[in-house]
Amino acid sequence: MDFLGLESYLVAMLTTVGIYAVLSLGLNVQFGLTGQINIGIAGFYAVGAYTAAILTTSESVHHLGGFGLPFVIGLAGAVLMSALIALPIGLVTIRLRSDYLAIATIGIAEIIRLVFKNEDWLSNGVRGIPGIERPLAGWLGTNAHVTLAVVLVVLAVVWWLCERARVSPWGRVLRAIRENEQGVTAAGKDVVRFRVQAFVVGAAIMGLGGALYAHVVGFISPEAFMPLHATFLVWVMLIAGGAGNNTGAIVGALIIWLVWSGTELVTGRLPPEFATQASSVRVLMIGVLLQVILIARPQGLLPERAPRAVGAARGRGK
Amino acid sequence: MSIASAASSATSSATGPAATPLVEIDKVTGGYGGSDILSDVELSMTADQIVVIIGPNGAGKSTLMKSVFGLVRIRQGHIRLDGEEITNLRPDLVVQKGVGYVPQERNVFPSMTVAENLEMGAFLRRDDFRPQMRRMYDLFPRLAERRDQLAGSMSGGERQMLAMARALMLEPRLLLLDEPTAGLSPLFIDQTFERIKEINSLGIGILMVEQNARQALAIADMGYVLATGRNRYTDTGANLLDNPEVAEMFLGG
Amino acid sequence: MDVVQLFVYGIVLGSILTLGAIGVSLIYGILRFAHFAQGDVAAFGAYIALSVVVASGLPALAALPVAMLAAAGLAILIDQTVYRRLRGASPVILLISSFGMALVIRSLIQLVWGPHNQTFASGIQIPYRVGGLVLKPDHLLIVAAAVALVVGLHLFLTRTRMGKAMRAMSDNMDLALVSGVPAERVVMVTWALAGALGAAAGVFLGMDTRLHPQMGWSVLLPVFAAAILGGIGKPYGAIAGGLVIGVAMEMSTMVIDPAYKPAVAFAIMVLVLVVRPQGIFAGKVL
Ligand SMILES: Nc1ncnc2c1ncn2[C@@H]1O[C@H](COP(=O)(O)OP(=O)(O)OP(=O)(O)O)[C@@H](O)[C@H]1O
Ligand SMILES: [Mg+2]
Repeated sequence: MDFLGLESYLVAMLTTVGIYAVLSLGLNVQFGLTGQINIGIAGFYAVGAYTAAILTTSESVHHLGGFGLPFVIGLAGAVLMSALIALPIGLVTIRLRSDYLAIATIGIAEIIRLVFKNEDWLSNGVRGIPGIERPLAGWLGTNAHVTLAVVLVVLAVVWWLCERARVSPWGRVLRAIRENEQGVTAAGKDVVRFRVQAFVVGAAIMGLGGALYAHVVGFISPEAFMPLHATFLVWVMLIAGGAGNNTGAIVGALIIWLVWSGTELVTGRLPPEFATQASSVRVLMIGVLLQVILIARPQGLLPERAPRAVGAARGRGK
Repeated sequence: MSIASAASSATSSATGPAATPLVEIDKVTGGYGGSDILSDVELSMTADQIVVIIGPNGAGKSTLMKSVFGLVRIRQGHIRLDGEEITNLRPDLVVQKGVGYVPQERNVFPSMTVAENLEMGAFLRRDDFRPQMRRMYDLFPRLAERRDQLAGSMSGGERQMLAMARALMLEPRLLLLDEPTAGLSPLFIDQTFERIKEINSLGIGILMVEQNARQALAIADMGYVLATGRNRYTDTGANLLDNPEVAEMFLGG
Repeated sequence: MDVVQLFVYGIVLGSILTLGAIGVSLIYGILRFAHFAQGDVAAFGAYIALSVVVASGLPALAALPVAMLAAAGLAILIDQTVYRRLRGASPVILLISSFGMALVIRSLIQLVWGPHNQTFASGIQIPYRVGGLVLKPDHLLIVAAAVALVVGLHLFLTRTRMGKAMRAMSDNMDLALVSGVPAERVVMVTWALAGALGAAAGVFLGMDTRLHPQMGWSVLLPVFAAAILGGIGKPYGAIAGGLVIGVAMEMSTMVIDPAYKPAVAFAIMVLVLVVRPQGIFAGKVL
């Protein structure tokens, strides 16, 4: 591979890592900070992507809009829309035990996917939405470096906000809820409200990740939002990096994406008759990796630096 | 025929002058992982005795019972059963060695019938447990009437009987009872103590925690007063009842 | 379509969901975590049956025992290699692990049997006509076999030593331990049962529709909806839960696009969770 090829490969890879890191940070607010299990990341990610696509593409007869709005408005719309969808869901399900919430989020993601797949007027169904412009293309051109820079800037801002949130009184209350909910209730805090806020904020960040994704790839369809890529990889990333640790969420995204790409080297060596099965082999390897991490190093590479490390997620649950 | 055939031999051996105690708790220190609840606790009893532990709430009485049963981590000291080391032994192995345990709370299977509860008590038996079940129905006629009723729908007193009967299904040599009369009416309390004496007369050692301290000490061979996880007084039941300090501090004057 | 006809389809689907939901409930009752790989264990069973059918030319139902055995083995294997090492961990960790396990099993299925749709090629089914009602032989077989399995499970739980030990453990874990119930053996039997019943659900689903690597993930939501409706941890509730969800999903096609069937299961589940999280069928655990 010559230098230019390598460089463009690296740029594309870092861009993807950046998007996953945003999703991973979103999950960290929900799971790492608050202990909520969201198996429906793909749903909020899809809402963000479609919202951005509909807002920013030029007018089309095939789907709602497009409204031809600027990139930044698309991002804001994606954040807002994901939050708006997460709010009622949060209000209804957040009182539930964490495993019930997990099941509910599977349902939500599935319904969201069904809507984008079946409602042609909205999303052009299975044919998807093409022609989504690169971030700030009208202003800076369709340069891959610009795209990467935009993604990294967004990531940096999200990371900074998440760090602020983590050490703020708000973040401390969330951690306290995770560790000892009765205690927080007894202290007179409105636990439900804090949990809904965390769920909505996390979902909004995931929506932001979806919007970035739409602009980076230029074309979205329901196929891209099967539970696997978004939800599963993001979970492995956060667990590997260290749930509760924002930097860990980003490191996890980088490492797991490298591993995920590395599995391609393995599948590349498979005999040609297995070529179509390559992605299964890769998922298999990541699935096994997740089990190894959970057993051998459940706190992740960069453990949470709170006084009591991920106690709620690890202490004997009764 | 005795309830506990295994116990009869232990009883006779315990009558000799150099008899090994049935239970020997030797300077036990331990707790639930955090700080220690028990500190240097000592207790010893023979197979024909009823031994009662009293003390204020949170003194560590239940914790001491659990430590015999391998449910608490013992950091220092030893627990021996008939001379055999059982310190930190797994609960199912302690059961196998002939110890029955009735916990203070949640001591029946609420969604199973009386008969099924007894059957679970006999889970480790490979032989026919029905004769023992009949003996339990003789000892507690109330249970016989209600053998097909769900344990969860029984009264508190009936549940205590069931819990005791369940623990006796394996014909243990030692029975640990954690507050067997808690929440019972005076009539039921008297009956329960009668039952306990009856079980003991069959050759089963009884180690029990009680809040109805006066009544319990009245039937006890030995009494131990525990406070903040330490031995405070150790004497015969009668002497403890006569001890003015004990009466004032632990028997409500 | 005819209401009665849809009701019949609902009962068929309900029987399938019931079997899956019982497995979820058994696992929850003993190990207290939501097993997200249950659907994929079911799919594995279905594919094992497919291999038997292809190799032997027997009908799918005849392959059922093999499928159930294989899935029971798979469930025990997963537990012994992974979940057992996480016994002390919180249910959250186990749930995430089982989510990963679901993907592992699905990838294996795709590797071994390929990514495309397949059927048990049971030949042309000549339906019985009763009045205006069309009854496919497969549908009758599915319901009858499901009933037989549920009755068998009931007998196991109420008549055998091991079955009673399972109920005891789910009822009061600590007391079961101090009574000498061997926890790890009970856990193993639980996985075997959940795997076997899941495989039956998978085979029946394959007979009713088709086999596809995603089939396990697709039924997971209705299966959990059924389990929750019946009160998770209560296998008898799962029967009622499965039937209600199955009938509701099929009947809903009269008024909404069939594509949204899973949404119906979801809506009922959320409603139950909000209104009565302990399940609508009060009853004993296990
Ligand atoms: N499972 C546990 N984990 C941690 N601490 C415990 C546990 N159970 C009891 N403790 C603590 O150990 C101490 C002794 O408790 P224990 O139950 O032995 O008291 P007790 O003498 O039986 O009291 P009571 O008369 O109220 O039954 C208490 O401070 C209690 O809070
Ligand atoms: Mg106590």
